[in-house]
Amino acid sequence: MSPYRSISVIATLFLFWVVMSGFFTPFLLTMGLLSAGAVLWFAHRMDVMDHEGHPIHLGKNAFTYWPWLLKEIVKSAWEVSRIIVNPALPISPTMLRVKTTQKTPVGQVTYANSITLTPGTISVAIAGDEILVHALTREGAQGVADGDMDRRVTAFEGLS
Amino acid sequence: MIVLDILTWLLVTAGGVFCVIGAVGMLRMPDFFTRMHAASVIDTLGAGLIIVGLILQSGFTLASLKLIILGLLIFFTSPTASHALANAALERGAEPLLADEEGETPSSPR
Amino acid sequence: MIYGAVVLALLVTLTLALVRAFQGPTVFDRALAGNAVGTATMMLLAIFQFISGRPEFVDLALVYGFLNVIGTIALQKFFRYGDLGEPGGTEGERR
Repeated sequence: MSPYRSISVIATLFLFWVVMSGFFTPFLLTMGLLSAGAVLWFAHRMDVMDHEGHPIHLGKNAFTYWPWLLKEIVKSAWEVSRIIVNPALPISPTMLRVKTTQKTPVGQVTYANSITLTPGTISVAIAGDEILVHALTREGAQGVADGDMDRRVTAFEGLS
Repeated sequence: MIVLDILTWLLVTAGGVFCVIGAVGMLRMPDFFTRMHAASVIDTLGAGLIIVGLILQSGFTLASLKLIILGLLIFFTSPTASHALANAALERGAEPLLADEEGETPSSPR
Repeated sequence: MIYGAVVLALLVTLTLALVRAFQGPTVFDRALAGNAVGTATMMLLAIFQFISGRPEFVDLALVYGFLNVIGTIALQKFFRYGDLGEPGGTEGERR
């Protein structure tokens, strides 16, 4: 347990508390800080605050990965919208299995969630290092099979 | 101020249009898995554009931060819920409708 | 009034999602429609904050969002195992 992770947890919790409360009197701010500390203590006792529960080590990579992901989401949402408004409804649903190259569960979850978050592809099941993907169109399935997102998530994971 | 209002109007209206498109897709798509793709348009582009438009309108206030938290909430939880639903449907034996080898579109809604 | 169009669009979304919820045919379709209704309601609450000038409504939207996710996951768990107390487990253990 690194002290940096504890500090980051308490800062995040306290910031969330301040945003939710919207009061800035010293008494209430102290109470907020105490509550954040209590939650930190509980999290220590429950042993849930490891690199999975609060992955700060991914922080700097998120700034390169998330914008790319947002761009992909907008692009594929546009594609799906065009398919929906097309009177012929040109869909070709496809199931495929893709290999994941991530080392950690956090990386795999990031990849599966990214697949699901992009409209047109959904991760249906994960078994071992394979993800079962349902794609709305053949092109979408091809896009997942090409593995561009897989490589980027592995880079985002930052181990290899 | 008027420019900001026009920008907000454009963004939230575009978001609303994408929400309607996603809902129409949920009615038009032939089976459960394809309907999920339509529903994810509502969760991503529809909700996202509306939230960005509202953030422009409220400027640097606590309300903006709350809207950002709302956006992050959707960003992190909507794929989890979708994956759980799809996984449960597959586990309970929902047969996904698949296109055949020639790339013909399956047309029969069940 | 700059929010008229989007409120109308969201109400149409709600109605269409309700139609899907009534039609089914499977329970998962209904759960999906419920999820879409939840998202549209969150957006309506977030917009209502600006229409009514009362900033409390965005808090309601947040609470509704959390409930929406927990509700969807609880529903799928119930219809998958027939029981909310089932521990579940990962794919690897269950196969």
